[in-house]
Amino acid sequence: MRAFSYTRATAPKQAAAGATGAGVKFIAGGTNLLDLMKLDIERPSTLIDINRLKLDRIERTDEGGVRIGALVRNTALAADSRIRSDYAVLSRALLSGASPQLRNKATTAGNLLQRSRCPYFYDTTKPCNKRVPGSGCAAIGGFSRNLAVMGVSDACIAQHPSDMAVAMRALDAVVETLGPDGTERSIPIADFHTLPGDTPHIETVLKPGELITAVTLPKPLGGRHLYRKVRDRASYAFALVSVALVETADGRRIAFGGIGAKPWRVEAAEALDTPRAIAAAAFAGANTTSQNAFKLPLAERTLAAALAEASAQERQA
Amino acid sequence: MQSDRETGGVTRRGVLAGGAAGAAVMGAGPLVAQDTPAKAAPITPVATMLTVNGRKQRLTLDPRTTLLDALREHMQLTGTKKGCDHGQCGACTVLVDGQRINSCLTLAVMHDGDEVTTIEGLGTPDKLHPMQAAFVAHDGFQCGYCTPGQICSAVGMLEEIKDGIPSHVTADLDDVAFSDTEVRERMSGNICRCAAYPNIVAAIRDVQGQRA
Repeated sequence: MRAFSYTRATAPKQAAAGATGAGVKFIAGGTNLLDLMKLDIERPSTLIDINRLKLDRIERTDEGGVRIGALVRNTALAADSRIRSDYAVLSRALLSGASPQLRNKATTAGNLLQRSRCPYFYDTTKPCNKRVPGSGCAAIGGFSRNLAVMGVSDACIAQHPSDMAVAMRALDAVVETLGPDGTERSIPIADFHTLPGDTPHIETVLKPGELITAVTLPKPLGGRHLYRKVRDRASYAFALVSVALVETADGRRIAFGGIGAKPWRVEAAEALDTPRAIAAAAFAGANTTSQNAFKLPLAERTLAAALAEASAQERQA
Repeated sequence: MQSDRETGGVTRRGVLAGGAAGAAVMGAGPLVAQDTPAKAAPITPVATMLTVNGRKQRLTLDPRTTLLDALREHMQLTGTKKGCDHGQCGACTVLVDGQRINSCLTLAVMHDGDEVTTIEGLGTPDKLHPMQAAFVAHDGFQCGYCTPGQICSAVGMLEEIKDGIPSHVTADLDDVAFSDTEVRERMSGNICRCAAYPNIVAAIRDVQGQRA
């Protein structure tokens, strides 16, 4: 690991104000950042430890939703009684991700910022436009079984790895931030992650030094909440395909994981009648390789299973 | 859990550490010099206080030092094992303020003021922790390398079930109960390549039975 200077921040404004220089990174749980630093992929010159910022509470909002502090750990978020009862899709998504040890450390904001698990992003002997802009993409024409089929570009086909963010996308979460100059922003999660285009190293709309302070969820939707995840082993693996489903009397929300360069939701497809029609609309313009084309029928079948399970739950209720 | 000193002064660990020093003396400089990159930025050590197994430890650390390396290299608590060093195997699992974490994926300086419990702090050879005793009774280990992490993880896991924290296999998020299925899911962050899993599950079931 390369040398860096380390400071502990005690207040959000102090943390953001100190983060404007090149190479400055915040560290919270550190479960992804330290892994990447050991591999010489992330090379921060300064780490600002934000664990003392007291952003670890889950509170009601005036609108009847909840505000999740940036530093709430994944375990605490999944286990929170309001999240379990009112936003179960989020609990389920969190519990399907990583291992208990990692969930005990990983934070809400860190999860939104975790980097892709594209094997070529991790392999520093191979070109990767996300790791070294302009160096090329070894994934295109390479081992691409796990990689994205939606939102990809000629420069990058990396998948977004998060389960949590997929559920938050279905719930229309909003990311709250604090800039180095003290400016606060509320960014809908739909706009938070960016598509690779020809700048795959830029993954979010965050500006230099901008600190995530919280994620808010709108008031509860009610209905059935399901998260189905398909992967190569029963636990502790990233999704090949996942589906976040919220089925209410007024309509449904569907977001896919493992499919896109960012959490993938197509609102216009949600009102269609059959899994086939929904998948056809959601995945129009898919860009597959011979190795990952299976994700499209797999996603359709995973959605069909989730919809069937929601119906079965409704009949039982 | 025998200490280095009890084996007559010459230990495998001591020989390995001494061997590295000897190589440096004999002029194999580049091998050991890898610790310091050619154009290293100046390193400012950071003062950190940890309470490890009930003992206060004041350390001044290169901020790059992981909690795992601080335990093994600075406190000589080598019970905690370095496996993959990337959070994938669970061998380095310790309890921090009662919660299990991967000590390889966190910096020691991030834990200033925290309480850390390692395998050495759970029990002693004379007075084993119930989970240690159950692993012995059920032969929950073969090569034993994953065992300290498995045991710390199992201890943390039973608390998580007691606290009503659900898992991926919990059918009703509000109805958390002990079962073998829950154990298998909740121990999935600890990999054992000898595949002692059935015995590990049996050991954990035994301890849960004693507690219930």
